Amino acid sequence: MDFIEYIKLISSDYTLRTITLGTAVLGGVTGMLGSFAVLRKQSLLGDAISHAALPGIAIAFLITGSKDTNVLLIGALISGLIGTFWIRGITSKTHLKSDTALGLILSVFFGFGMLLLTFIQKMPNANQAGLDKYLFGQAATLVESDVWLMTIVTGLCLFVLLLFWKEFKILLFDKDYALTLGFNTKFIDILITSFIVLAIVLGLQTVGVVLMSAMLLAPAAAARQWTNSLGLMVFIAAIFGASAGVFGTAISATQNNLSTGPVIVLVASVFVFFSFIFSPSRGLLFKQIRLIKNRNALELQKTLAFMYHIVEDHDDISHPHAIKILNNFQGFSRKGLRELEDKNYVKVAGDMWSLTSTGVAAATNLYNQNQKDD
Amino acid sequence: MEKIAVKVDDLTVAYNYKPVLWDIDLQIPEGVLMAIVGPNGAGKSTLIKAILGILKPIAGSVTIFGKPYKSQRKQVAYVPQKGSVDWDFPTTALDVVMMGTYGSLGWIKRPGSKEKKRALEALEKVGMLSFQGRQISQLSGGQQQRIFLARALVQDASIYFMDEPFQGVDATTEVAIINILKELRKAGKTVVVVHHDLQTVPEYFDWVTFLNVKKIATGPVKDIFNDDNLTKTYGINYKVSIQK
Repeated sequence: MDFIEYIKLISSDYTLRTITLGTAVLGGVTGMLGSFAVLRKQSLLGDAISHAALPGIAIAFLITGSKDTNVLLIGALISGLIGTFWIRGITSKTHLKSDTALGLILSVFFGFGMLLLTFIQKMPNANQAGLDKYLFGQAATLVESDVWLMTIVTGLCLFVLLLFWKEFKILLFDKDYALTLGFNTKFIDILITSFIVLAIVLGLQTVGVVLMSAMLLAPAAAARQWTNSLGLMVFIAAIFGASAGVFGTAISATQNNLSTGPVIVLVASVFVFFSFIFSPSRGLLFKQIRLIKNRNALELQKTLAFMYHIVEDHDDISHPHAIKILNNFQGFSRKGLRELEDKNYVKVAGDMWSLTSTGVAAATNLYNQNQKDD
Repeated sequence: MEKIAVKVDDLTVAYNYKPVLWDIDLQIPEGVLMAIVGPNGAGKSTLIKAILGILKPIAGSVTIFGKPYKSQRKQVAYVPQKGSVDWDFPTTALDVVMMGTYGSLGWIKRPGSKEKKRALEALEKVGMLSFQGRQISQLSGGQQQRIFLARALVQDASIYFMDEPFQGVDATTEVAIINILKELRKAGKTVVVVHHDLQTVPEYFDWVTFLNVKKIATGPVKDIFNDDNLTKTYGINYKVSIQK
């Protein structure tokens, strides 16, 4: 991709600028709200909501005959909300688990939506084309008013998040406890869920029904790897989401107009992949490195402890011993011995080794420390 | 006769038509340290949850100091089972304890320095002050239990309900926790604990309630903690000699 060319494009091309802004705002708000969905273990809720929105789009078109985005999205919002509250109803009123309820609503609504779409396609007037863009999204259709709408919803969402921050946090961590403190957990729950539905519906035009849930999950899952603070997690998820929007749009604009929605989702997935491997505290790479380091350190400690046991029986700690003795002990290696020498714990002379006073002190400490840990 | 802290009348709770608690009448006097004992599935946790309004009973009523529970929430603190939350949640020990102040703050208002001071005091009381900044998943089971206890202490309530606070903690933590509970009692608080270890009941508690779907017995440990009630509750002939 030619970066300079892209910068030129974005400063001259109004459409590209609108789309970039739109996808950035969308990524930001879905990342933010996605953190809450992920922490509530409702990762699949987004998938169910976006699929549940499809029949709403079709019905809104059938009733109004209009293809105006706002009209269709209001339809999507209504059916998305109905789907969501049915899921809640099913899980609280029946024995079904939430994953079953989610799957059920997802497939029933999506199936019904597809049925309506095919019905609309067979209708005699020519106005029907283009509704299927909501399946996979078409960022190119974003116009300035869409971006404004997204920005307003994002601002509102940010305001509500800041206002009810403490309530959201306690609901996420310990719902029953929140209830005993006198908070109306149902209200907080409905508030956050409604915003998730709203954000998803806003993203349908850009990313589409099928991939929308990734916008919710990927930035949040990636952000969780980098922090242990809820506030930072929400913030980082918003940044990841917005960046995925910007980069995704840039890539799709400069590469023969690849479909934007899928590219954004792929960029977000790259963030996830990168975070899972390279995050310092939770990433796989550093976990593995820490494991190896710990193992080596333990090996050294074992060798040192063994040496200490031998030395203990002698009055003179610097009395040399044969390296051969260490062969009886499995943890011994030449490399380990050299490392102990580097730390000035051990002196090696030919085939003989002796502990230094630092080494003895370290070994004694080792025992004390172990006792403290018990 | 002392004041009644908690009064439960005709409480019945059912999951899917199967009664879990059947017609419970219970009076808990103020200032006692009470154990609720009974076999698995006896409804011990359910009883606490129903009293606290987390579960909806199909019948019955609960009053706290003679008034409906809903108007008395600030008098009551709850320590849920440790396993009921996700300890990988991105937050610190201090932050969890601060949640105990949320109730007195009410909606929207954020905790400030006063709340932080109270939380730190509670952390100190449970011996966890040096862990205040620790991510909660990095705490041991016993430490997590202490954090939950500290969170309830911050509420500065009159009545404490605790769901198995000794579950999965080592002997040191168990002693630390029971000492705090005894201190609470000394300060005139009422403490109700779901408890599993029958051996320690006489040592730790002064009141006991035997529960197995129905209430079997309730009263001072020295009067009613005997083989007869244990057998009635657990259904087997209970032969463990209990030292009083």
